[in-house]
Amino acid sequence: MSTTQCQCGGVTTDPRITEILSKYPSKESANLIPMLQEVQEKYGYLPRKALVAAAKHTGLSTAEVYGVATFYNQFRFKPLGKYTISVCCGTACHVRGAAEILQTLESELDIHPGETTEDGLFTLETVACLGACSMAPVVMVNGEFHGKLTPKSVLKMLNLYRKKG
Amino acid sequence: MRTLMSKCCDRCTHSKENPCRDFIRCRLEGPLCHDDADCKAKRVEIKAVLDGLALIRPVVTVGMGTCGLASGADKVWAKLHELTEASGLDVEFKQVGCIGLCHREVIVDIQKPNRPRVSFGSVTEDKVKHLVEYLENDVIPTEMVIGRFPYMGEEQEGLKEYELPLIYDLPVLKKQKRVALANCGLINPDSLDEYVNRGGFVALSKALGEMSPADVIGTVTASGLRGRGGGGFPTGRKWGFAAAETADKKYLVCNADEGDPGAFMDRSLLEGDPYRVLEGILIGAYAMGASEGYIYVRAEYPLAIQKLKNSLARMEELALIGDNILGSGFNFHLKIKTGAGAFVCGEETALLASIEGKRGMPRPRPPYPASKGLWGKPTCINNVETFANVPTILSKGADWFASIGTEKSKGTKVFALTGKINNTGLIEVPMGTSIREIVFDIGGGIINGGEYKAVQIGGPSGGCLPKELLDTPVDYESLIKAGAMMGSGGLVVVDHHTCMVDFARFFISFTCNESCGKCIPCREGTARMKETMDRIVSARADETEDDTLLRFQSVVELEKLAETIKDTAACGLGQTAPNPVLSTLRYFRDEYDAHVFERRCPAGQCRSLLTYTIEADKCRGCGLCAKRCPQNAIVGEKGHAHVIVEDKCIRCGACIQFCPFEAIKSS
Repeated sequence: MSTTQCQCGGVTTDPRITEILSKYPSKESANLIPMLQEVQEKYGYLPRKALVAAAKHTGLSTAEVYGVATFYNQFRFKPLGKYTISVCCGTACHVRGAAEILQTLESELDIHPGETTEDGLFTLETVACLGACSMAPVVMVNGEFHGKLTPKSVLKMLNLYRKKG
Repeated sequence: MRTLMSKCCDRCTHSKENPCRDFIRCRLEGPLCHDDADCKAKRVEIKAVLDGLALIRPVVTVGMGTCGLASGADKVWAKLHELTEASGLDVEFKQVGCIGLCHREVIVDIQKPNRPRVSFGSVTEDKVKHLVEYLENDVIPTEMVIGRFPYMGEEQEGLKEYELPLIYDLPVLKKQKRVALANCGLINPDSLDEYVNRGGFVALSKALGEMSPADVIGTVTASGLRGRGGGGFPTGRKWGFAAAETADKKYLVCNADEGDPGAFMDRSLLEGDPYRVLEGILIGAYAMGASEGYIYVRAEYPLAIQKLKNSLARMEELALIGDNILGSGFNFHLKIKTGAGAFVCGEETALLASIEGKRGMPRPRPPYPASKGLWGKPTCINNVETFANVPTILSKGADWFASIGTEKSKGTKVFALTGKINNTGLIEVPMGTSIREIVFDIGGGIINGGEYKAVQIGGPSGGCLPKELLDTPVDYESLIKAGAMMGSGGLVVVDHHTCMVDFARFFISFTCNESCGKCIPCREGTARMKETMDRIVSARADETEDDTLLRFQSVVELEKLAETIKDTAACGLGQTAPNPVLSTLRYFRDEYDAHVFERRCPAGQCRSLLTYTIEADKCRGCGLCAKRCPQNAIVGEKGHAHVIVEDKCIRCGACIQFCPFEAIKSS
């Protein structure tokens, strides 16, 4: 009889994940999203083992957990670079030239939104609206705002972060 | 006793366990339970400081909302501390939310003892020294002044501050009427003292102490308040439906999942005056008989979440939320839920699914949430701004509120005014104010002297209003008639440099990306609409005859798709998704025709329809454009004029952006 290796990754014993999950009552699916949010805050992304552990904890199937996680834009399944550049693509930013900002970043970093540079320094992403519309076009790098940008000033900004390393 | 909330003496019996019914009124007019001149004097003194009448030292206030911080308010804050300390000045620092004049951020207000509060705009780190100069030597940096606030005490003669214009007389504020935003940018959002001093929680005390839930619903119904989240359903009726249900548990949900791109009203309210929203929620919960509630906030608003957490903790300490609120026997517990980034969760049934931990997908109604909502229990869902209006309605009366606005749309509306306009920011105007007044009087007209083309109102569910409709009053009915809608309140102004076809394509790509995928009309329909829009704006050298035919049919195709989606999509967001396309087709058909038939973009924005050339006499051959070109489509020797190889050019426009000599032209 041939044995087939289990593909689910098994239930994790990673103490960081079990610590977070144990804060929530088990077999209750209402807390799934806060749970995943907390894991992502710790890891920067949702590792596969966390999804499996969350399924076990809540009593849902892994497919259901994965379904919820992929539904929301906030959740990521790959680790982030050191700096996350969020380009605001809201209406006000669009009208004031967000497309050029994004394009400049794409060609300069040679990545597309959702990807991370090879050196692991930058992750590029687009967001629907950061709500800083009066500063349009806006880019947020690790929570820090840069407003009223032009393709030239965005490169300057990038170089500042490169220097910081 | 140092704060308004603290006890005047040991005779005060208010505690979390045994709350006093008159707690709020006592803080403002007290003491009520005993007669003591000393206790009274203490209260009067604290109130005078809060009113800015009995300041001991100057108060420096910095606008630290998200827009302030984005403009560098934290740096200004640090610099102010550094310089005042270096000069040995004794000043009090205060943080406030956004007053709405985002174009003048960073805003710093200074009030010296016995003088009016003066507001300074566009403050940078370098300009802080001028403010310190004012603090130290009374030299007003007039070029930085926005205006002065009215002073409630006696005017001293000969003060230079009184020569400055009153802030409320400035064109940007004169036509505004602030109800929901009354405290935003003026009070410290973390200070319960300041909120109560400006009449906060008086309405809640009144509701719990003197009114029955039916009275509250009656007052809100009579005021004519309608939902500010977009739909415009009468709030009093909604509460009435939920109140009429019998159940062991009812829920109240505050929708702060402000997903419309270009809108930030809810964020500013929560950051600038969280107690007001929470008071409104409590009144609503009392009216409908809810014992538990959620406030669903976007994860992108960390500051708003922080302010809410602070406020809730403070209210719990003082029995303003939780069990036996203000000794009335009414219990209400509120939890904060952080949204995880899905536009569709703004739809009420999707939002409820998300709170339950599921994929945020809408479900058909009926049953309406008022009868079967969260976990199958009666649930009432209202928007942040709706709740922010409630305390004022109760304290000033339904008639007062109903006297503002138009026949069917009462009260005021907060708008986020953005785009190609001079005074970007947050405004609140009486319903019925015309678009012209908003754009030209309050907004100060188009930037760089540009030409007004349209205003987009209502976000991805709304539409555009062209020049001919500038006199449309903003109220629920007039906007629907003009093919737009109130939406949550984003107002994006565009000028002649904006291509309306590209603008409509932007919205349809947004709704296409954000479609939850549950119903076919929205999932497939918006994708087909986006495809058709892409066909209109892209030039393809290898376009086949079939492609050309499809392009010619595109407008008819768009109209057909739009009608189908409107009639058949499952939720409100899906049904309104085609609106931006329909409204641009209605008012800017000529632009569509120019793109489809003449293959040109009149606004010069759709890059793939442009051709790029380098003017040989201006080019110095620096090679910067060639370096930036992702296609290596620019050739030339260093020091000699370069040339663009048209076949290779993908029309990305990168070269134009980086040419230091403006030698590259597009046409």
